[in-house]
Amino acid sequence: MERTTLDLWVGIFVAAGMAAILVLALKVGNFSLNGSSTYPVYAYFDNIGGLKPRAPIKSAGVVVGRVAAIAFDQKQYKARVTLNIDRQYQFSKDSTASILTSGLLGEQYIGLDTGADDQMLKAGDTITLTQSAIVLEKLIGQFIFNKAGSGNHQ
Amino acid sequence: MLDLLRKLGHTVIDAVWRLGYAGKFFFLTLIGSGISFRRFHLVVREIYYTGVRSLIIIIVSGLFVGMVLALQGYETLQRYGSSSALGVLVALALVRELGPVVSALLFASRAGSAITAEIGLMKATEQLSAMEMMAVDPISRVVAPRFWSGVISLPLLTAIFNAMGIFGGYLIGVVLIGVDEGSFWSQMQAGVDFREDIMNGVIKSFVFGIAVTLIAVFEGYDSPPTAEGVSGATTRTVVTSSLVILILDFVLTSFMFRGV
Repeated sequence: MERTTLDLWVGIFVAAGMAAILVLALKVGNFSLNGSSTYPVYAYFDNIGGLKPRAPIKSAGVVVGRVAAIAFDQKQYKARVTLNIDRQYQFSKDSTASILTSGLLGEQYIGLDTGADDQMLKAGDTITLTQSAIVLEKLIGQFIFNKAGSGNHQ
Repeated sequence: MLDLLRKLGHTVIDAVWRLGYAGKFFFLTLIGSGISFRRFHLVVREIYYTGVRSLIIIIVSGLFVGMVLALQGYETLQRYGSSSALGVLVALALVRELGPVVSALLFASRAGSAITAEIGLMKATEQLSAMEMMAVDPISRVVAPRFWSGVISLPLLTAIFNAMGIFGGYLIGVVLIGVDEGSFWSQMQAGVDFREDIMNGVIKSFVFGIAVTLIAVFEGYDSPPTAEGVSGATTRTVVTSSLVILILDFVLTSFMFRGV
């Protein structure tokens, strides 16, 4: 085979491979070019349930950021969650962060509801109003306890 | 009894010797690769034969693997009422495991065997000895370009396989079955991480490329210079590289994805 046609085919092959990697990165993965345009905010939870790093943070159902890290705080015996929120979204200082579940078997995410304060959350601030994840065992335990209590009255 | 032990010892010593020889051969190939980058058209020629010629089989099998994944995944997911997670299932299965492994297996049987047969036949017809007579190092002239062509080709083929597989999953899942298109793509994007999943897949295919092509060129270079020897070496290439791919895949996976 002539060298120019051979070079052409190899060029097409390499270009197709590069295009495939690009498609995978942009269309399939969550690769974004402006990766550092978030600000960190902290929140303490009594119980995070099944929350994992990279879980979405949603406000009114729209993804506004992602969970960066989860650590255990030895002093307060609570879970310390680092939230990376997109720079274009601002939330008031008295916002509420609650751990919610999408669907019955879905992933857990953090729901962020804004408050009425005029001051906005800044990088490094801590969200004080939090609502922990609902643990199914505790819920069932409560239900059984109530059932037993009502049974005694009759 | 003594004879049996002697035979066992001979087999072990032979295996260790071959492993050491392969290591030395790998080292010599790396040292002799200078020429294949200075005269890069040697590598380009080999990329044509190993990479471009493997495109058809990679594209077709990628498409069908993706289509089967979508059918089977939908069948299982809809029992739990979460058929919208089909996209993330297809994408993760392909990008993490099936893409690198299946394309490496196909590459070993499509291109690896051809490399072994070619080099083995060159050795049997004393072309390699003739090169040495002309003071041309056969390792840097014949082996190194083929080695690098495989190392470059396989990650690209894997990326094409993945893209075709996801397209196949889209065809079956969205166009044929009617899973919601928006949730198919958005759940995929939420569930697949560029660094954790896609880059680890690329690293896997890169390692497989080195392993498969090294086995192919080594078996060819080491084959007995007879018709029987070349055919045996070709078979060994396919068997050994398939086993090595699957073992390496387990080792790499246990390092990369620990289920955090």
